[in-house]
Amino acid sequence: MTNMLQVEGLNVSFPSRDGPVRVVRDVTFTLGRERLGIVGESGSGKSQTGRAILGLTPASATVTADKLSFDGIDLRHASAKTWRSLRGPRMSMIMQDPKYSLNPVMTVGRQIVEAYRRRGDATRTDARNRAVAMLEAVQIRDPERVFEAYPHELSGGMGQRAMIAMMLIAEPDLLIADEVTSALDVTVQLDVLRILDGLVRDRGMGLIFISHDLRLVSSFCDRVLVMYAGRVVEEIAARDLHSAQHPYTQGLLNCLPQIDGDSGPLQTLTRDPAWLA
Amino acid sequence: MSALIEVRDLAVTFGSRQSQVQAVQNVSFDVQQGESFGLVGESGSGKSTVLRAICGLAPTSAGTIKIDGKLLASPRDPAFYAQVQMVFQDPYGSIHPRHTIDRVLSEPLAIHGFKNAEDRIEKALNDVGLGGGFRFRFPHQLSGGQRQRVAIARALILEPQILLLDEPTSALDASIQAEVLNLLDALRIEKGLTYLLVSHDLAVVAHMCERLLVMQHGTRVEELTRTALQGRDATQKYTQQLLVASEGFKAP
Ligand SMILES: Nc1ncnc2c1ncn2[C@@H]1O[C@H](COP(=O)(O)OP(=O)(O)OP(=O)(O)O)[C@@H](O)[C@H]1O
Ligand SMILES: Nc1ncnc2c1ncn2[C@@H]1O[C@H](COP(=O)(O)OP(=O)(O)OP(=O)(O)O)[C@@H](O)[C@H]1O
Ligand SMILES: [Mg+2]
Ligand SMILES: [Mg+2]
Repeated sequence: MTNMLQVEGLNVSFPSRDGPVRVVRDVTFTLGRERLGIVGESGSGKSQTGRAILGLTPASATVTADKLSFDGIDLRHASAKTWRSLRGPRMSMIMQDPKYSLNPVMTVGRQIVEAYRRRGDATRTDARNRAVAMLEAVQIRDPERVFEAYPHELSGGMGQRAMIAMMLIAEPDLLIADEVTSALDVTVQLDVLRILDGLVRDRGMGLIFISHDLRLVSSFCDRVLVMYAGRVVEEIAARDLHSAQHPYTQGLLNCLPQIDGDSGPLQTLTRDPAWLA
Repeated sequence: MSALIEVRDLAVTFGSRQSQVQAVQNVSFDVQQGESFGLVGESGSGKSTVLRAICGLAPTSAGTIKIDGKLLASPRDPAFYAQVQMVFQDPYGSIHPRHTIDRVLSEPLAIHGFKNAEDRIEKALNDVGLGGGFRFRFPHQLSGGQRQRVAIARALILEPQILLLDEPTSALDASIQAEVLNLLDALRIEKGLTYLLVSHDLAVVAHMCERLLVMQHGTRVEELTRTALQGRDATQKYTQQLLVASEGFKAP
């Protein structure tokens, strides 16, 4: 499998009163035309890892890497022009907070149409039809209404799907999906995963799937990185996730409620300072 | 015994330029004092709208909502917000982006005339697993899950009797989710709180709620008890589909 993305020794740190805080520490991995899951607790650096790959780290932070390359292009020294040709058409990220990343004063349809037209010279009608079809594909029931709607007129899961439609319509080679199914009911969740699965299988897209949902990740991804306090503490085949070795990963699995579980307190995780070493 | 929350034949219609959206139609349910009641269903089926209608934040076109047997005043009065708090689904939209966490938590305390703001803020942040180190940060300096915990802390700090929780843990990882759910459970027992909880995670609903209502297309599909959910005893096709989908992804 060819590696379209290579990440070696990635570090991201934010300044603070007590000196720099390293939120991503020495993260190293490669990605081919596959589904790579990233799991880990809140604040462990999953989103910041994704942002750094796309050059979307907040300006206050410092990013360093021994290697950060996409399709042979060194991203560490990419010019603004290179980024414009990459971000959107070739690599994109569906952000965790849809309402935050959708433009609140522009209709959903217009935002999707613009994303589509950025990658080529589609006509207006063609772009509109494609956008409506894309909304239908993500199981929006009334795509025509949603096309004309503003983000605040959508439910949480509809906003999330509008974002997904906007990112997928450009058919990128690399997609970072950050918690994209967290606001969706389980049946729509599976529909969205089927679309992503199709893009990986049929178009050879590389997918980084960031999610809290361990069951979903273990049933959907090929490989999983487990992050803790900025580091990758374990890499494991997704289907073996239930037999993970790292006590943190095991602990995470034990915290999950079960439909058939009793209603006593859920197990919680006792964090061991040794995991930081 | 009369219910603490009583929703009867609720309908909500949003009117936009070209079209009208029937977001909720004919929805009825009761929540008893001290109970935890779940709302699950399709994305866009009107779950958040039901919670917003209770708070007077959605255009109700028919039906009645009562709390403690009394019809709610519109607009809702301060007494309502002392009794009912809501944790919104979209924490970024509901927390002021240019206020520090300290201000996000101290303003409601000031408005409702609470004393010991200092101690309460420390405690509320600790309860949701955020140390005092987060107090003077801005929302954009937090991860998604950390913001969600601030939203929960803001609702809890006012010590309401009824909490409307819209996907309170869907942005949280398993370990923090477990901590927040345990906290919510403990508070409910200790203070006799009543919850109306929206979640797409059937395991969370089975864990937290004695009864639940399944919704689709703005209408009621069926009401189930926890025991029925656990026994996969759903009578409607949509609920059965949800139960199957909960098992995870199966490659085509
Ligand atoms: N602008 C910022 N300034 C300072 N710290 C920040 C900033 N943005 C993020 N952080 C910190 O960086 C750490 C990693 O954040 P990140 O968003 O990557 O977490 P995450 O793993 O995606 O968590 P979640 O699952 O909650 O979304 C967090 O502890 C967060 O508080
Ligand atoms: N302000 C608004 N203007 C117009 N339509 C709206 C508005 N708010 C919600 N709607 C519509 O009402 C319907 C129900 O939305 P609601 O947010 O209640 O769904 P939900 O069940 O909470 O879904 P999700 O699980 O995706 O959050 C949707 O079709 C939505 O587009
Ligand atoms: Mg994140
Ligand atoms: Mg909602």
